[in-house]
Parts: sequence; C-alpha cells; structure tokens
Amino acid sequence: MSLVVYYSSATGNTHSFVDRLGVRALRIESKGESPILDEPYILVIPTYSDNEGRDAVPKAVVHFLNYPENRALIRAVIAGGNRNFGAMYALSGSVIAQKCQVPCLYCFELRGTDDDVYHVRRRLNIFWKQKC
Amino acid sequence: MLHITSPIRAINWNRVEDEKDLEVWNRLTSNFWLPEKVPLSNDIPSWATLTRDERQLTMRIFTGLTLLDTVQNTIGTISLLRDAETQHEEAVLTNIAFMEAVHARSYSSIFSTLCLTPDVDDAYRWSLENEYLQKKASYIIEHYKSNDQLKKKIASVFLESFLFYSGFYLPMYWSSRAKLTNTADLIRLIIRDEAVHGYYIGYKFQKELKKHAVREQDDIRDFAVSFLFNLYEIESRYTESLYDTIGLSEDVKMFLHYNANKALMNLGFDALFPSDICAVNPAILSALSPISDENHDFFSGSGSSYVIGRAVATTDGDWTF
Repeated sequence: MSLVVYYSSATGNTHSFVDRLGVRALRIESKGESPILDEPYILVIPTYSDNEGRDAVPKAVVHFLNYPENRALIRAVIAGGNRNFGAMYALSGSVIAQKCQVPCLYCFELRGTDDDVYHVRRRLNIFWKQKC
Repeated sequence: MLHITSPIRAINWNRVEDEKDLEVWNRLTSNFWLPEKVPLSNDIPSWATLTRDERQLTMRIFTGLTLLDTVQNTIGTISLLRDAETQHEEAVLTNIAFMEAVHARSYSSIFSTLCLTPDVDDAYRWSLENEYLQKKASYIIEHYKSNDQLKKKIASVFLESFLFYSGFYLPMYWSSRAKLTNTADLIRLIIRDEAVHGYYIGYKFQKELKKHAVREQDDIRDFAVSFLFNLYEIESRYTESLYDTIGLSEDVKMFLHYNANKALMNLGFDALFPSDICAVNPAILSALSPISDENHDFFSGSGSSYVIGRAVATTDGDWTF
C-alpha cells in the first residue's frame, strides 16, 4: 500500500491516528532537514490556525512542501482539528487542497475515533486503486 | 512550581523549555475577548419569542455554566499552578484562570441584557439547590484538593472538555433555529477557549504520565475511565432534569458522548463511546462549526466570518453576458 507522510506535535494526536491506520508512514520532524520524496504520498496533518486562519499549516510542513519535488508528489490531504474552532476546523486541509490542487479526503478531530480510522482506511484503498 | 526559588528568578520568554507553553500562550492571547465585543442586545426581540419555560431553562443552564466557570477560575486552574514544571506554564495557567473569570462574567452580561432581575435571582437560587449540579462540582473540587497532580489534571480536562457541554448544547440549539444568535456567538468564543484549555492541560497530563511506570499508567487510565463514567451518570441525570421539559434529553446525550470522547482524547486516551451513540444532531454540529465555505449565519451580527462587502462602481461591461 501507498505512503502516508504526516506531521504530529508533542501531543502525538496525529501520530496516534496515523499509527492506527496501519499504513507505511513517514513523519516530518519539527526540527532538522525535510525529507525529499521520490514516490507519491498522502499528507496527514493537524491544524494550528489563529482566528483569522493564519498559520493553519504547521511550519515544518510548509518547509517540506517548499521543495518542488515534494509538491509534485502529493496526491491528497487528510486534516486533523477540533470543531470547537468553528470555521477554522481542520483548515489546514483546505489550505493544502487549494495550494497543491489535490483533494482533501477526510477531516478528523484530535486523534480520531476508531470510526474515523475505518473510514480513512477505506478511502485510502479506493483512492489508490483509482490512481493506479 | 509555585515554590520560591533562591535566588528569585524572572521569567524569560526568550528561553522556553517547552515549546507548547509559547504556542499556547500565543494562541490564548490572540484569542482574547470580552463580552462587550458581542452585541447581545440584538437578541432582545428573539428572547421575547421564547416561552416562559424556555426562558427559565436558558437561565438555569447559564447559571450552571457560570458555576463551573467560577470553580475553574478560583479553584481548578489555581490548584494546577503548584504542579507547573516551568515558569511559562505558570503564566499560561494564570491566563486560563483569568479567561475563566471572563467566561463567568459573560453570563451575567447576557442576564443583564435579556432577563429580569427576579428571574435571574431565581435561577441562581436554583443553582444552589440543584442536586446534580452541586454533585458534579463537588466531585471535581474533591480532586482539585487532592495532592495528586495527575488526578487534578484529569478533573480539569473533564470539566473543560466534557461537563460544560450539557450547557453549551442549548445556545447551539437556539442558534440552529435562528434564535439568540448573538448569545450563541459569545458562547462559541467560550467553546473555542475551552478547546485550547483542554488541549493544553491534557498535553501536560500526558507529559507527566510518561514519567510513570507502565503499570501506574494503566492504573491512572482506569481511574480516568471510572471517574468519567461516574461524572457521566450525574451528567445524564442533570441533562434529564433540564431537557426533559423540551424533549431533547436524548439528543443532548449524543452530544455528551461525543464530547466525552474528545475529553479522553485530550488526555491521550482512545475514544470509548461507540459512534452510534455519538450521532450528534447535524444542526448542532453545524451551529458549532459552520463548514468554512458554508453561508454565515445571516441572523448574527458579530460572527467571525462576517465580512462587510466593499462597494465598487459598475461599468457597462459588467452587464454584457
């Protein structure tokens, strides 16, 4: 199965979600060099937006996507967040979808429920079948 | 911390030990608001359309929320100060404590704008006498008074991420029916703050928990789950005592389950309530977080997504289709 690239802060929410997906995954670290990829991937990231929607995408993910090679290989995005933030809920997903012109496949809250994991696994399967 | 070091140290925000402290400080300070920002008086005509029972229910629910905010402001957050690991964490906690005072104060703004003083006094009397409200508050305070920092943090996250939501449901419900929409805007600001508070204290809990042996970690998790279920029992009775009058108790409970799961997740635990009993009414979810490109609640005067259009002169070309 295909690759998931993700970012998770010290709370480990996104890490836990990706871990439970049980797919091949690569973590973008908050410090140090960005990895440069040579195969297509799906990005899974949390949201850290302020009230105006600024800085929704974690800085390390911005650095990662600044490499044209990485931008060229992204196929879809999945975003975490919290509905308590109203219209800013999982905003990083729509920001990436717009900038990279890829679909946002799913949004989940915090570390996601088992139901979220089930739905994402299903969607990932269908998505990669369509792509291949 | 809260122990006086020798020599006494000045806080240095340019040497941060835990980046979450700075991240959360920035988020909280940029979220800062006061109730005066919200044009509550626009809700006066809408308030008049509620029945007497609906008005009484709304006032009771808001005094219940005020009570929890008061506890959090003067007992809860303050009790966490002693366990802070860094001076920056102390600063964040004092910000949280102050915002809880702002939340508690906001309900009084709603009351003074919409309600009659004798009715409000009645609601406050009710809050002293309601068995379930008193019970859940004492249960939380009991843990705040313990010396166990993990249990204190669990109590705090359960209050901020779970116990408020039986109350938050009602303004979201009114808002979904185009009632009290400015009040709902104010409640949404509180809901946003509570998310950051639960997230931060849940994070500090996880950090502390990692220092313990695996067996102790399991014990703490068991404690958290049984504490949650005890609170849930009280919360269900509280919900029924309020919402049975308008036939919404079962719908509110879905919302409770959904938020109980989020409280557990803030503590780093997996969700426990299965999805079929977390099927929150879509009208409530949408009142909570209108999907970004959805229309703004047109009845509201102060929503965050409300943008005033700019006037541009038309030219003949605009009319050629």
